[in-house]
Amino acid sequence: MNMSALFFYLFAGIAVASAFMVIASRNPVHSVLFLILTFVNAAGLFILIGAEFLAMILIVVYVGAVAVLFLFVVMMLDVDFVELRQGFLQYLPIGALVGLVFLAELVLVFGSWSFGTGVTGAVAQATPAVSNTVAIGRVLYTDYLYFFQAAGLVLLVAMIGAIVLTLRHRENVKRQSIPVQNARTKAMAMDVVKVPSGKGL
Amino acid sequence: MTETSTLDTILHVLLVALQSVALLVGLLIIVAYVLLADRKIWAAVQLRRGPNVVGPFGLLQSFADLLKFVLKEPVIPDGSNKGLFLLAPFITCLLALAGWAVIPINLGWVVADINVGILYVFAISSLGVYGVIMAGWASNSKYPFLSALRAAAQMVSYEVSIGFVIVTVLMCAGSLNLSAIVEAQNGKLGLFGWYWLPLFPMFVIFFISALAETNRPPFDLGEAESELVAGFMVEYGSTPYMMFMLGEYVAIMTMCAMTTILFLGGWLPPFPIAPFTWVPGIVWFLLKVLLVFFMFAMVKAMVPRYRYDQLMRLGWKVFLPISLVMVVVVAGVLHFTGLAPGAGG
Repeated sequence: MNMSALFFYLFAGIAVASAFMVIASRNPVHSVLFLILTFVNAAGLFILIGAEFLAMILIVVYVGAVAVLFLFVVMMLDVDFVELRQGFLQYLPIGALVGLVFLAELVLVFGSWSFGTGVTGAVAQATPAVSNTVAIGRVLYTDYLYFFQAAGLVLLVAMIGAIVLTLRHRENVKRQSIPVQNARTKAMAMDVVKVPSGKGL
Repeated sequence: MTETSTLDTILHVLLVALQSVALLVGLLIIVAYVLLADRKIWAAVQLRRGPNVVGPFGLLQSFADLLKFVLKEPVIPDGSNKGLFLLAPFITCLLALAGWAVIPINLGWVVADINVGILYVFAISSLGVYGVIMAGWASNSKYPFLSALRAAAQMVSYEVSIGFVIVTVLMCAGSLNLSAIVEAQNGKLGLFGWYWLPLFPMFVIFFISALAETNRPPFDLGEAESELVAGFMVEYGSTPYMMFMLGEYVAIMTMCAMTTILFLGGWLPPFPIAPFTWVPGIVWFLLKVLLVFFMFAMVKAMVPRYRYDQLMRLGWKVFLPISLVMVVVVAGVLHFTGLAPGAGG
């Protein structure tokens, strides 16, 4: 019995089953949790093919950050579960159609997959001498530096866009100014008064 | 596969299992006494005696607590989501313990010496937030839910600055392997060559972020008893509650161990000369972990709790810019002074 084959079927089986449960479970929060289980098992598959860096990044970025935000939003939404299920049968044919088209495209692409004659030399060879973290770093920051920077720029623009869309400057709102608060001294904050008895202030 | 290689595989699996059991038993005993130490230090700062009844000086207090928790009846609220309610403490506990698989306690003393050790610990600690969210949501109760939102936002925020701190250490060490990071701090300077001195601002940021990441005071907004009773643990009792506490303290020990490895030279002796090098590395490692824990405990005893908006401001508006600038500065210094390590592993 081959250990890695055993683990492959374990991870792949759980990943497919939990991916199915994402769309099948009645509660949206359960769906998100199954999605997370799918991510974790996908990370396990990455480890099996020796891409441990990708596996860890998948967990840190998708499970540790993106899915937490998903869960946040889904948890706080006041969803009526019964109402959510009602349109299911109505949309089923469209969903099935989209799924079938996608499946057919995938089959067409992977069925006729072959490298062109000139490509074989250009494909990067596996570098067993260095760990794949170093290998990814070398490729990303030397060969594809500008593409990497451009991708970062696109993300930055998206982030600024989201902030601009949601930022509201309301008038007449009291705001805290931390430097002012920190700059307060005893003399500014307190006034020690000797009150003569029977006179008041 | 031939007969002998199957036997080898089984032996290897058995060996790893034995190592894990030894590590876990040691870890849990240390956690029991660290819990007691936490209470004793807290008590001493407040001029109290602390637990002193069970055993000499209260040394058996944690074990008495364990028995009490285990023997009580677990109460599951009627309106809760039962599966998730019981899964949450397991996840917290399991993830906290899983982090120790890659932590080297001495030269070569590590269960899994993987290439991306530090990313593994980072990934595991970023998963820790799910225990809290699941507990808060599954309890189907107001205080746990508010607490889960708070704790989750807090843990996600402070992960960002922890990530950047780790990046600076990685740039200095040139490896993601925890043992290699410790070895990179080995030098003639001893104590002064460890990364706490050259990267002092990052050391401070990492320490404070570690407090926030483990929901320790002064950042224990998730379980602030004056506002949320006990936060996401309100509905829990007996063994599930104990598993939360266990997971929390194991996570604290993981953070102490990470501070030790990244900044305090792991198992290295403070001076690389004769009397210090005679002491085995594991003793130095334990002493450093306990020193960091003592700092954790003193912070708990001395510092008042933060307000939630102050906590968020500290994470996003103070630590994030400082650590981003430090990444650039450290990278620049390493590049232009030629100190940058070669791509080793």
